[in-house]
Amino acid sequence: MKAIIVENIVKTYQKVLAVNNVSFEVEYGEIFGLIGPDGAGKTSIMRILTTLILPDSGAFQVDNFDGFKQFKEIRKSIGYMPGRFSLYPDLTVRENINLFASIFNTSIAENYHLVKDIYSQLEPFENRPAGKLSGGMKQKLALSCALIHKPNILFLDEPTTGVDALSRVEFWDMLKKLKYDGMAILVSTPYMDEVSKCDRIGLMQNGNMLKIESPKNIEEDFRRNLYAIKTEQTYLVLETLKSYKYTDTVFAFGESIHYTDKRIEDVSVSIFDYLYKNHLNIEIKQIRANVEDCFMDLMRNSNE
Amino acid sequence: MSNFIIQTNKLTKKFGKFVAANELTFEVKKGEIFGFLGANGAGKTTAIRMLCGLSKPSSGSATVAGFDIYTQTESIKKNIGYMSQKFSLYNDLTVLENLAFFGGIYGLSKNVVKEKSQELITKLQIEEHKDKLVESLPLGWKQKLAFLTSVIHNPKIIFLDEPTGGVDPITRRKFWDLIYEASENGITVFITTHYMDESEYCNRVSIMVDGEIVELDTPHNLKEKYDCNKMDDVFVKIARKSKRVE
Repeated sequence: MKAIIVENIVKTYQKVLAVNNVSFEVEYGEIFGLIGPDGAGKTSIMRILTTLILPDSGAFQVDNFDGFKQFKEIRKSIGYMPGRFSLYPDLTVRENINLFASIFNTSIAENYHLVKDIYSQLEPFENRPAGKLSGGMKQKLALSCALIHKPNILFLDEPTTGVDALSRVEFWDMLKKLKYDGMAILVSTPYMDEVSKCDRIGLMQNGNMLKIESPKNIEEDFRRNLYAIKTEQTYLVLETLKSYKYTDTVFAFGESIHYTDKRIEDVSVSIFDYLYKNHLNIEIKQIRANVEDCFMDLMRNSNE
Repeated sequence: MSNFIIQTNKLTKKFGKFVAANELTFEVKKGEIFGFLGANGAGKTTAIRMLCGLSKPSSGSATVAGFDIYTQTESIKKNIGYMSQKFSLYNDLTVLENLAFFGGIYGLSKNVVKEKSQELITKLQIEEHKDKLVESLPLGWKQKLAFLTSVIHNPKIIFLDEPTGGVDPITRRKFWDLIYEASENGITVFITTHYMDESEYCNRVSIMVDGEIVELDTPHNLKEKYDCNKMDDVFVKIARKSKRVE
């Protein structure tokens, strides 16, 4: 069953083409990730699908309702957590969630089971104004408010930006539970490491959907030799490889450097020798590409 | 002269009964890239504000660039750079106006500002955009410009508070090229980030939990100690020890 159907959506702001002919579908019980940097068009898509702005052209359905004719029905059946904190800072935690519940003609008691895991962490501060919560807690409250009316589809616009690594793990664990209850979840993120938590992802840049795939398949599409280089002198090795005539790409990647070469064959030995001649000691081995490698590869190709 | 650009001893900050930073004792070596990690609410910002001379400690002592954080805060401010994702440049000023403004604040002469500005603009290859409002620049350019602006006065140390949010992975790496270069030029880099792969680029990292520094070592040693392949896993293991409920 399709929860979201998007067909050829275009959105421009004055001269800026924010969303360029984008199509995709999301199933119930699926987490679909929109992945891309600021300006990719993720937020515009979220706003179109939550019926806050109109696209210039194209069509879409959300929860089997037509995006243009049945926007009122759509609004009742979705939950939306915008990128910017948009709860009432001068209302308490309790007042905020009560407000959202009553807008949708329900009560906290009725759907408490849905928000229990997160909301229970907020209960000690029920009487604190929302504006006085820490970043992680604000995020939990916003999610509780988006869930309290038991939506069929959840829209989360960069819910984990600026949130620490541990809170992000907990957040994604919770999304997984909601998904098993049959909810469709459209989530955007700039963190590439969160991609593996999605069932499928759409990689976006400059308004274009570069690719839609499962995280696993996207990694298998990287068809060149990729090398990981470990060294104590990351900066020097980076600089030295940038001026090497066979270098295709060279990027720092956490504790190692990821490198691709213009030559097709295994060049581990010649890279080692070249750097050794430049007085640099390294370990080099071939590795599988991760999602970030693939995204950077797609970005480069679409820029050329 | 000592080898350390930052030295703290039992540095503590309390807000009422709440101990935001508890007896922090650590050193940052000259020229190193030092990652200052911790979960949201662990006390990182409180610590940074004290080190920048913006907030008086409740107790303990510290020197930054050789200056005392109680009595020489003005000298500290002249010798450090600061950049955060939240505040860096004025959107409604042009590129050149921003550079002139920050250069002026740091007391550089008009000629030096002019010279420095041109140097930075050439370096970033944004000649044709120098009279545009900063607001109109792509986020990645803004971040690079903000970084270079914050080192316009050749500080001894720069504090970077989550500098790389929201940009694509290639732009993020180009930003790190600037960090490496600054470090090679002898500027100490003190950085907070939620991207754990970036913590691997640091010479040493500290991890704060509930107002205390619970670990301080090289990424390599920490991964060995906690038997993890990635700093991400180290961080999650350590951050789970948190007992603080706000």
